[in-house]
Amino acid sequence: MIELQHVAMSYGGGELLSDMSLSLAPGSFHFLTGPSGAGKTTFLKLCYAELLPSAGQMTLFGKDALAMTRDDIAGIRQRIGVVHQDCQFLEHLSVEENVALPLTVSRRPVNAPELRELLGWVGLKHRREARPAQLSGGERQRAALARAIIMSPDVILADEPTGNLDWEMSLRLLSLLVELNRMGKTVVIATHDLNLIRQAKAQVSARVLRIANRRLQHAGADL
Amino acid sequence: MRAPLSLLKSERPSADRVVPPTGFTARLTLLTAAAMAFLAVFALALSLATGRLANRWADSLARSATIRISAPPDQMEAQVAAVLAVLKTTPGVASDRVLGNDEMKALLKPWFGPDLPVDALPLPKLIAVTETSEGVDSEGLRLRLQGEAPGAVFDDHTRWRRPLVAAAERIRLLGLMSLVLIFGAMAGMITLAAQAALAANGQVIATLRLVGARDTFIARAFVRRFTLRGLAGAGLGVLLGMVAVAALPSTNEAGGFLTGLGFSGWGWLWPLIIPPVAAIVAYGATRFAATRMLRRIR
Repeated sequence: MIELQHVAMSYGGGELLSDMSLSLAPGSFHFLTGPSGAGKTTFLKLCYAELLPSAGQMTLFGKDALAMTRDDIAGIRQRIGVVHQDCQFLEHLSVEENVALPLTVSRRPVNAPELRELLGWVGLKHRREARPAQLSGGERQRAALARAIIMSPDVILADEPTGNLDWEMSLRLLSLLVELNRMGKTVVIATHDLNLIRQAKAQVSARVLRIANRRLQHAGADL
Repeated sequence: MRAPLSLLKSERPSADRVVPPTGFTARLTLLTAAAMAFLAVFALALSLATGRLANRWADSLARSATIRISAPPDQMEAQVAAVLAVLKTTPGVASDRVLGNDEMKALLKPWFGPDLPVDALPLPKLIAVTETSEGVDSEGLRLRLQGEAPGAVFDDHTRWRRPLVAAAERIRLLGLMSLVLIFGAMAGMITLAAQAALAANGQVIATLRLVGARDTFIARAFVRRFTLRGLAGAGLGVLLGMVAVAALPSTNEAGGFLTGLGFSGWGWLWPLIIPPVAAIVAYGATRFAATRMLRRIR
């Protein structure tokens, strides 16, 4: 679905990522680790074409990322759900409207019972009319997850989704992502929380990738 | 690209709501469109009035002429009679009339005052000629007068008519140019307002792109909003402008200078074209601004 071959990413004259090769298979579960500033977010942005590689080849769902039009990219993003640490909500809309936003922008009908079922699944049914600013950190992350999966995407990319959450809330979010993976979704979580990775590996067969010295490495048993 | 009119009906209310309301730019666009439409009504009124004036001058002056006879007193009556005889046999002459002393006095009054002794002065005789719609062969008539009455000079008002009509035509052109400039200024201001709204909503646009919104969807949300504001503002401005034009002093009160400034008859429908034109201008300006802005955000 997402394939990178010898991809490099430069910005402002400096190379942020070098010679990265990876293939994200359907239904796989990946953790992306590395120190702060290693390029985890940049890597995820490459995966949903917010950034384009400066060298190498990258294909998203069979399409060459460098040859994609803006409409192609919009179409690709309807197949990739993204959860950011800062969530990126539209603050003037309710939680329910924010969660349904991918349907709205793709001009698909919003099925109210299904939307409420989804909100119930992430534990936000009672908060559906609240504004994002009224939510706690955990609630915001769960709302962001609900928005990311409402289009039933093939891939879910989560960038430090538990960065602002306590351990209990982190485990709750992780269990939701594991459940999605069991439904066949490909999940990539960028995190530096090794405890979270250990916890996940107990539940699901996860591959751990590490970015160090601008390169992608497969983490070994030292985790 | 969808037609501007299709923007007036929203397929789904929620599609509009993705862009937060922006009070300042909304008011600015509304005010700009209203002010420009108000001015456009006057520019249109000026243009139409000068057009009518040019036609009236051209029409009335084209169908009148004057023959001036300067001759020694003992030959004056004979030459006048000769000119009248020539006019009677000239095709294109509807009527002719020798101006009497009272009319001569009235013509000279602005320069010499009311007590001018017309009888005692060697004034030329004037014959007012009204032409038919076919008009007179000016050169032919001049040649015949030269032969029959050497003191007669035929003046078909061409040297008066041409500059007057040209002046009126130029004023009309100025009115039309003013309309173009007004709509150009409106486009510029709405582009700036749209750019401000788009820049203020950079984060919103980034979020919409993140969840898979196409540029057309995002642009449409802004374009529709600004088009409707342009339409509403221009409608208000046109209404106020028409009331102001209707309230202008009438011809009799204002005197000759402002004669006919305004609309007449079906001409009152012309200002109604301004709001749709303003909406089209707003549509184009916002679409231009949105397209440029969106290219910068992946």
